[in-house]
Amino acid sequence: MAPPRRHRVVAALAAALLSTAALAACGSPGSDPGSAKATGTQDAVDAALQAGGTITYWTWTPSAKAQVEAFEKEYPKVKVNLVNAGTGNDQYTKLQNAVKAGSGGPDVAQIEYQALPQFALTGALADLNQYGFGAFQKDYTASTWSSVNVGNGLYGLPQDSGPMALFYNKADFDKYGIAVPKTWDEYVDAAKKLHAADPTKFITSDTGDAGFTTSMIWQAGGHPFGTDGRNVKINLNDPGAQKWTKVWDQLVQGKLLSTVKGWSDDWYRALGDGTIATLVTGAWMPGVFKSSVTAGSGKWAVAPMPTYDGQPVSAENGGSAQSVLKQSQHPELAAAFVRWLNHGNGVKPFIASGGFPSTTADLNSPSFLDAADPYFGGQKVNQVLTAASGAVAKGWSYLPYQLYANSIYVDTVGKSYLNGTAIGDGLKAWQSALVDYGNQQGFTASAG
Amino acid sequence: MTSTAMPARSRPARALTRRHHRRGWAFVAPFAAVFALTFVAPLVYAFGLSLFRDQAFFGGTVFVGLGNYTQALGDPKFWEAFGRVLLFLAVQVPIMLLLALVAAFAIDSARLHAAGFFRMVIFLPYAVPGVVAVLMWGFIYGDHFGLAADLNHLLGRDAVEPLSVNWILTSIGNIVTWEFVGYNMLIFYSALKVVPPDQIEAAAIDGAGALRTIVSVKLPAIRGAIVVATIFSIIGSFQLFNEPNILRTLAPNVITTYFTPNMYAYNLSFGGQQYNYSATVAIVMGVITAVIAYAVQLRGQRKER
Amino acid sequence: MSSVLRPRRSRTLTAVMALYLLYSLIPLVWLLISATKTQPDLLSTPGLSFGGTFALFDNIGSTFTYNNGIFLRWLGNTLLYVVVGAGGATVLATAAGYGLAKYRFRGRQAVFAVVLGAIAVPGTALAVPTFLLFSRLGLIDTPLAVILPSLISPFGLYLIWVYATDAIPDEMMEAARIDGAGELRIFLAVTLRQLAPGIVTVALFAVVATWNNYFLPLIMLSDPNWYPLTVGLNQWSSQAVGAAAQPIYHLVITGSLLTIVPLVIAFLFLQRFWQSGLTAGSVKQ
Repeated sequence: MAPPRRHRVVAALAAALLSTAALAACGSPGSDPGSAKATGTQDAVDAALQAGGTITYWTWTPSAKAQVEAFEKEYPKVKVNLVNAGTGNDQYTKLQNAVKAGSGGPDVAQIEYQALPQFALTGALADLNQYGFGAFQKDYTASTWSSVNVGNGLYGLPQDSGPMALFYNKADFDKYGIAVPKTWDEYVDAAKKLHAADPTKFITSDTGDAGFTTSMIWQAGGHPFGTDGRNVKINLNDPGAQKWTKVWDQLVQGKLLSTVKGWSDDWYRALGDGTIATLVTGAWMPGVFKSSVTAGSGKWAVAPMPTYDGQPVSAENGGSAQSVLKQSQHPELAAAFVRWLNHGNGVKPFIASGGFPSTTADLNSPSFLDAADPYFGGQKVNQVLTAASGAVAKGWSYLPYQLYANSIYVDTVGKSYLNGTAIGDGLKAWQSALVDYGNQQGFTASAG
Repeated sequence: MTSTAMPARSRPARALTRRHHRRGWAFVAPFAAVFALTFVAPLVYAFGLSLFRDQAFFGGTVFVGLGNYTQALGDPKFWEAFGRVLLFLAVQVPIMLLLALVAAFAIDSARLHAAGFFRMVIFLPYAVPGVVAVLMWGFIYGDHFGLAADLNHLLGRDAVEPLSVNWILTSIGNIVTWEFVGYNMLIFYSALKVVPPDQIEAAAIDGAGALRTIVSVKLPAIRGAIVVATIFSIIGSFQLFNEPNILRTLAPNVITTYFTPNMYAYNLSFGGQQYNYSATVAIVMGVITAVIAYAVQLRGQRKER
Repeated sequence: MSSVLRPRRSRTLTAVMALYLLYSLIPLVWLLISATKTQPDLLSTPGLSFGGTFALFDNIGSTFTYNNGIFLRWLGNTLLYVVVGAGGATVLATAAGYGLAKYRFRGRQAVFAVVLGAIAVPGTALAVPTFLLFSRLGLIDTPLAVILPSLISPFGLYLIWVYATDAIPDEMMEAARIDGAGELRIFLAVTLRQLAPGIVTVALFAVVATWNNYFLPLIMLSDPNWYPLTVGLNQWSSQAVGAAAQPIYHLVITGSLLTIVPLVIAFLFLQRFWQSGLTAGSVKQ
């Protein structure tokens, strides 16, 4: 340990990052092959792994325990402090505070894709290109890989992914003679038919959820958020957004959606008793069904997400990566751990505990694809879900301040849901609040 | 000994020398030291923050003087939130304190069967942690599976919708009342316990009934406690946060991020990393609260003369 | 005279109060009934009726063993924070309130104004400044970060201030001084007994406040091994959300019930000290 030297390294890295950031401002992110990348090799990482040490890992994923145990068994010289610092926003608050204070953060943290740009841009995360991890690109699904690349930096390796599919209560559908919808128009028809047949039942529940809204716009081909260095463009009224609101307005204004709040105890109850007949959500959902909606066992099935024209297209919903913090005292070792977790032997225990991976080799392995799932009546659900991961619409990006955006969603789009007015109006209000905020925070933000 | 209401009017023995009086500081010092570290220092820090504007992503910190304050004073979200807690304060606090007073007198009167049991059960809601409160009120207010749903079912129409826009403030008021009646009741009750029995005996000898004893002896005797409880209830209302924040998970669109001034400050800070403006909103709110609380305290003193 | 000091018990009054009791109890009854249900029963049976199986003891067992028995650790942490934090808060508030009520020194009014002003500023907005300050002092993720702020009970300070003004006659203190007692001895030997009902009330509030302390520990602690029960229960509760959700409502509910039990015991223990209020009044005759 020689602190002064480490400082010099950090300073050099910072300078390198700054120059890449400056370059990033010129071209569109990730697409300019000529830009200078802070690429390196994995030698330092391998050496750190051999030398050993102790690192701290913040995560709330239940798979982590088995993963850390397996890792420590493989590398006895490395000790990993596994800390559950809270789920989602609770953890981000602590992470943000630690970044602001300059210490107190972990070496490695779980960060959802939607939150990643925010931490990357505020300088909280280390660029993994310096360890040569950029070479892993071919091993991940396109959508997850683009989610961990911000500007020209690689700020984490993808762990789980959430290509969306249609989970539907087959028992309900069969009972009322409803066909599985392939298009959104058919989905609206199914909603009407079901609710007419039994007024206590709804096609799905949605009280307004930022993550769901952005994913739906994503699937409809929308690109509402564009970031180019300091420039941010927001258009929540683009053709994709309009396509989605045209369908969804019918459901909201027709009172065809259950108002049970997602993830509440009532929601779990409603999934079990057939009150909520479908869920359009990420591929990680089977794990939740199996552990927590036991009453629905044998009733549910999976189909591709409905589309606007019948051609398969999907979007990502949820999912997270593991990132190395810049304030880590052992960045090489931390990077080694991240590599093992998401690009090594850590993937197997992750899948074994019910996770849905991002690595194409695992997604396409016969044992994964051909597993018949008794919960879903023996259906080989992974075939549907893996197909969805290949059909994710390209070119999506989140806002560099998506966490803030999601937090004020209730003030804007939430109002549309509440009053039964056009969602498009709520989206416009959201957009203008986000443009204002961006400009206050030093971006050059504009609408359109 | 006549009842003195507020601390400011206490009359320490005149015979004490100034040297003796200065020893009073020794009793206050430990409190003052910890208070300075945990309350005053962050407050000074926050005041410092309120004079700057910081851009979380690009650009640096700029000194803006009172710029944040003029922004806050012209911020419709802030005033909307302020108006809401003012309305809440005007309605909920009197109801709560009245219920607490009645309960305290009833328990103190010795005319109640199983008074100790009442005292504890009424206090108990205050002991329920916030997480549980969400689940509990979700069960009671829920219009799908909750008691509200059962009630509507019974009446055959949607008579109560606790989580709708029109009802939400009442629903929050109900939770606050449920939680804090016991708390205030205990304050009044323990104040009644220090009322010297000779005063009550004197009233009894004069032939006063229970009700007259309450009005002419007990009520004046606990005036100090009532004023303190009022002041803290005012502060509590202006800082309303936990209850709406709890109900947010059940009624997210109804309760905005700026539903109360404190929620606004919180969400500015934790949602938007607008620490400077958040500190400003908090300080503006603090000044308003302190002024009103101080006015109540002065009024509490004057009335008694 | 006995009609006022020892009146007959009234059934009407008791009946009226019983209504209020019901209002206080219904949510708690729900909690108690829910704690006897398995998670599937919890999600399939009405709130105020029992489930198919009586699982209270299973739930209690699971609560204490889930995740390597972390609940027990949280319980221990909470006890630590309560004993040191609430105990300290009571001592500091009592001494300071007494000092302010019974001594006339320069700056007395300023203390009142400063304390009132400081608590009027909402604490949630001060969380980040407090965090940064504590971070600089190296207190983050240590028990001290939770204990230090809970040593302050402004409300307790005012209550003691008010009570001491009324309950402690100056004549009594002077009599003690003439007997040659020092100021500290007067405080310990004469005052504390007089103030007992007030101190008990302040202690009870401090215990409950520390026991239910949520926001500050949430910000200050990231290591679950230092969590108090409230933050831990909230973490269990938030497990129900998002990808890889694992709801454990039955444990959250049982854990909450278990969290209230020690407070009931503390209440029962403390409430006998209220009786001493009567003797306090008679001493001065």
